[in-house]
Amino acid sequence: MVDVTNVSKAYKEVKVVDDVSVHIKKGTITSFIGANGAGKSTLLSMVSRLIPKDEGSVLLDGEEITSYDNKELAKRLSVLKQSNNIKVRITVRELVSFGRFPYSQGKLKKEDEKLIDEAIEYMQLEDFEGRFLDELSGGQKQRAYIAMVIAQDTEYILLDEPLNNLDMKHSKQIMKALRRMVDDLGKTVVIVIHDINFASCYSDHIVALKDGKCVYEGHPEEMITNNVLREVYDMEFNVCNIDGNRICVFFT
Amino acid sequence: MKWWITGFLLIFFSILSLFIGVSDLSITDLFSLSAEQQEVLFVSRIPRLISLLIAGMSMSIAGLIMQQLSQNKFVSPTTAGTMDSARLGILVGMLLFPSASMMEKMLLAFLFALAGTFVFMKILDKIRYRDAVFIPLVGLMFGNIIGSVTTFLAYRFDLVQSIGTWLHGDFSMLIEGRYELLYLSLPVVILAYIFAHHFTIAGMGEDFASNLGLSYQKVLYLGLGLVALITASVVLTAGMLPFLGLIVPNIVTIYQGDHLRSSIWQTAVLGALFVLVCDILGRVIIYPYEISIGLTVGVLGSGIFLYLLLRRRAYGL
Ligand SMILES: Nc1ncnc2c1ncn2[C@@H]1O[C@H](COP(=O)(O)OP(=O)(O)O)[C@@H](O)[C@H]1O
Ligand SMILES: [Mg+2]
Repeated sequence: MVDVTNVSKAYKEVKVVDDVSVHIKKGTITSFIGANGAGKSTLLSMVSRLIPKDEGSVLLDGEEITSYDNKELAKRLSVLKQSNNIKVRITVRELVSFGRFPYSQGKLKKEDEKLIDEAIEYMQLEDFEGRFLDELSGGQKQRAYIAMVIAQDTEYILLDEPLNNLDMKHSKQIMKALRRMVDDLGKTVVIVIHDINFASCYSDHIVALKDGKCVYEGHPEEMITNNVLREVYDMEFNVCNIDGNRICVFFT
Repeated sequence: MKWWITGFLLIFFSILSLFIGVSDLSITDLFSLSAEQQEVLFVSRIPRLISLLIAGMSMSIAGLIMQQLSQNKFVSPTTAGTMDSARLGILVGMLLFPSASMMEKMLLAFLFALAGTFVFMKILDKIRYRDAVFIPLVGLMFGNIIGSVTTFLAYRFDLVQSIGTWLHGDFSMLIEGRYELLYLSLPVVILAYIFAHHFTIAGMGEDFASNLGLSYQKVLYLGLGLVALITASVVLTAGMLPFLGLIVPNIVTIYQGDHLRSSIWQTAVLGALFVLVCDILGRVIIYPYEISIGLTVGVLGSGIFLYLLLRRRAYGL
């Protein structure tokens, strides 16, 4: 589990994450939701030790995340940032192979190759595996990065807006894949997500941030309600029950 | 380009290079060498060939590493002040320790090259306007400033003659006993190959590297260290070889991609080939005189550099 306690971060005196505490259970999908600039990415980056925090602690299985050895941590926790517009010409397969780097340091063994093949298959990238990243569409690229994280095969997976650039079919495919990884393999997933209906249908726990503060958190049933969402997003929602799922209508 | 074509060309031109020159030595003499011909071959021609190959190969790899780490296709030992800094180091060595050995000069050149590149990388961090073309221009200016300090010191202390060789690359002086320092580059190149994955990953950005458990800073310092070592040993022996580390890796990565494991040997072979051809050209154009390699590489190299600049959108540089 991950215990985030009283974490804060300020840029130029402005607190962008303000005294946030979140408990992330093992074997669940936790979604961070909130408006642009609410501090979701900053929080995720601190939880995954990519940026230092000003205050508070992040305990991964009881131990402070920043005190882990880098290499060991890379085998337990993977994180994918929001924008991956790196202009490096490597092939999809080379990118996915990097997922095995924490284990192999570059010298791929048979089992590494097998996991790479599986990850590519999982994201249906077989047809693109020899293509350079800069020859792919945004969505294909996004899937390649997610395949890399799958190949990294960590217990904890943190993804910042993984559905960015994806069409409906592939969004659903990824959410289903994450759900399977949690249910079948016992992984723990934390995502930042804007599509509130995906959050509603696939999460075990939702954390709502507003102006750097955690304003609400709970099970989707408690979170996906007209009142909570109105307060989080400052707009009107109409939550309906469709086929047993809570779906928000807010388009008009 | 297929690897075997460049490989074949490299072997072909290597052999050719051995039999071009003022002294009479042709391939048909190979099995009946006179004492004089043996002398020419072993004291002059073979050392020259070896140093050409090593210098071309290692400078190109140095450029490849720099481009990868800076995430900019136009950063190289020429366009980041590395070469100029190495040369300043040599001059400072000559001023402070006139009787310094080759190894001691090497150390100074290395330290200066490292410091210079490091300062440039720090300047890079501060630049907001990170256009791909803007950065090498800043680097060239930075190199020129260091270059003028060198020239000023050389005039001031009457050392213009001595730094002449380091001003323009020149292989004609590289006879036996004067080129062996270049061998230092070989283990460095092997290290670059061993850490190819690390450099490629670091080139994907700091967060990307952290996720994979790689310390970005350490890889950056390692890479800059290797680059400074290579540049110092080449500048100290063969002299300045401008634009080499810029154009060769760029040509290779256009068709080979940016993963160092797949581009590093191609870069090595093409770099060696490029210097070799430039050297042969320099030796035959105004035969029996010679144009220094610094000039031929500079002219051809800057031409190709301009071409790459103009075509950069097409190649996505
Ligand atoms: N490196 C930074 N320097 C200064 N301000 C930043 C930096 N990163 C984020 N911010 C600010 O912090 C706030 C929260 O950003 P972020 O966590 O990216 O929001 P979200 O992911 O929820 O959209 C924003 O107002 C953003 O402008
Ligand atoms: Mg964000």
